[in-house]
Amino acid sequence: MQLEGWGRYPRVDAELIEPATAQALIKLLDESKEQSTLIARGAGRSYGDSSLNAQVLSSRFLDSFSSFHEESAKIRCHSGVTIDELLKVSIPKGLFPAVVPGTKQVSIGGAIAADIHGKNHHRDGSFCDHVESLTLALADGEIKTCSAKKNKELFHASCGGMGLTGVILDATLVLEKVPSVFIRSQAIATHNLAHTIEQLETLNDNKFVVAWIDCLARGEALGRGIVHTGEYAEDAPMEYVRRWGPSVPFSTPSLMLNRYSMSWFNNLYYWLYNRPSNVDLDSYDSFFFPLDSIKHWNRLYGRKGFLQYQFLLPEDSAQQGMQAVLERVADAGKGSFLAVLKKFGAANENLLSFPGPGLTLTLDFKYESSLFPLLEELDEVVIDHGGRHYLAKDARLSAETFKAGYPNWPRFKAVKDKVDPQQRFSSLQSQRIGLTSAAEDKPA
Amino acid sequence: MNVLVIGATSAIAKAVSRLYAGRGERLFLIARDKQRLKEMAEDLTVRGADSVSTSTLDLLQHDQHSKAIETAVSFLGSIDVALVCHGVLPDQERSEEDFAAAAEALDVNGLSVISLVTELATTMKQQGNGKIAVITSVAGDRGRQPNFVYGAAKAMVSTYLQGLRGKLLSHGVEVIDIRPGLVDSPMTAHLDKSVLFSSPETVASKIVKSIDRNRHTVYAPGYWRFIMLIVGSIPEVIFKRLKF
Repeated sequence: MQLEGWGRYPRVDAELIEPATAQALIKLLDESKEQSTLIARGAGRSYGDSSLNAQVLSSRFLDSFSSFHEESAKIRCHSGVTIDELLKVSIPKGLFPAVVPGTKQVSIGGAIAADIHGKNHHRDGSFCDHVESLTLALADGEIKTCSAKKNKELFHASCGGMGLTGVILDATLVLEKVPSVFIRSQAIATHNLAHTIEQLETLNDNKFVVAWIDCLARGEALGRGIVHTGEYAEDAPMEYVRRWGPSVPFSTPSLMLNRYSMSWFNNLYYWLYNRPSNVDLDSYDSFFFPLDSIKHWNRLYGRKGFLQYQFLLPEDSAQQGMQAVLERVADAGKGSFLAVLKKFGAANENLLSFPGPGLTLTLDFKYESSLFPLLEELDEVVIDHGGRHYLAKDARLSAETFKAGYPNWPRFKAVKDKVDPQQRFSSLQSQRIGLTSAAEDKPA
Repeated sequence: MNVLVIGATSAIAKAVSRLYAGRGERLFLIARDKQRLKEMAEDLTVRGADSVSTSTLDLLQHDQHSKAIETAVSFLGSIDVALVCHGVLPDQERSEEDFAAAAEALDVNGLSVISLVTELATTMKQQGNGKIAVITSVAGDRGRQPNFVYGAAKAMVSTYLQGLRGKLLSHGVEVIDIRPGLVDSPMTAHLDKSVLFSSPETVASKIVKSIDRNRHTVYAPGYWRFIMLIVGSIPEVIFKRLKF
């Protein structure tokens, strides 16, 4: 069948295996030892080819909870449970995941494999910083539990390890006690990049801070945007509100997304928030997961899909590097609807985790062949400024670019070779960026 | 409310049980696989079930059915809703060549269901209330070439339920025949998915609503009623030549 990531590029022919239970999955690993390489897939929300290969192992039916202790705020569940399902159970108890990404439709297994981050990284770190332990099915079918204390090396390779160390079967997460599920938010309009970055610094005391950038603004206004901040509201209800949202039933002609419509959208967004008083009470759905309200929003980019481009630049070179990237994007006229800028906190010990001290910018571009030279140019800027790229969004990085951004890759590879010497777990991405060998040149 | 789920580890049963757990109901689960029952009980407890207990049963052992229902009653007290979900999609070609395979498919999907429904009817008649909901299939509406053994078993159950519904009317017991269309579940994992497939969750919410409202024959999702109306109205002269 045809399989794709959330960005719908690339789209490949793959065999999708959906075991009904963890036991069935282990049996399958055990029986198919001699066969081709495979990669685990959760909810299919990574953008590029992280969860694509000729054989793909879905955790979709491994969606049970195992235990929930309210006092310690610990919940144990299988890897196919989504954040959406988790919220249904945790919110009634006044608990919320400590870190959530921009969509609640990701699986816990995927969140761990990509060590995802949220709008509170500077305060609370990334998803895996709140994972107490996890269970992996290794290439030989062995089950191994690991944590920051036990099988430490395997834990730090698997958190953010893009599914290459084994299949994540379950995990124990530590949730956060929250006063309500509403967020007291504020929006501050900024005039240019320096101002945006300055505001991100000043407002860093807030629990949630993120900036939207008008990536089509040029000249004086380059890098202008809206900084959003938020704190859980003390005086709001703990109710689970679910609203009906529209769905995009089919791919819309990608021509609808052109420089004129994007410029129109970016201007509208800017002027919408550019007013003196901007304090609001947002539901967690609209604050954390605004795009979830439009089902299948990825179809808006047309049949050929889109690419997301997220990178990190270290603190000291961030402003200069961002300026260079935004200039190139604006010059090419290939802006995106949503460009998001965020200041990260400290990095963790995970070998391939993306976040680290500095600024991260996310851009999305509709697929067109003329896009690739621009992205390669941006790669250069990012690497020259000492940055790196987020693997969960990537569909095209070269091995050189990846390795330049992730100096810990040889340490990761050493763990990988130890637990999976046959290189059974491999994705199109891991083959491309040189973490595993491609299927055809695998030693016999 | 006290809910008994038979064939509890099937995808539809799992989704229905989760909806009941979210409403805080008491659940008793019956299925073959002990490990999966344990996992499911833990899951439903986290999802808010008042309490959950389980029992293993090989559904082909008809003589064990009565005892299984007794165990359920001793845990639940009384059964407000009993949902019979078990079923197996047999290999049609093999069942055509080998009657033993066909007989087993007819037993799992037909006879064992009727045996359980008989026990449930007796229990609920004594209670003077209750609802028996059985998952049959749109495949029972008309015999089609790719799955008529499965379809025949489901048709047998549907016809049985139709008669039983009247019989139990004066006892205050409701009988609900649920006919799902194509469901995207481990049972159909080997089939290519089309737009006609629905998720177990979609089917489950329809089932729970239909049980709440004491419906008789329910298509899940509802549009399958119209699809089957069209399938049913094709003249046999043409239909016998169709391979779908």
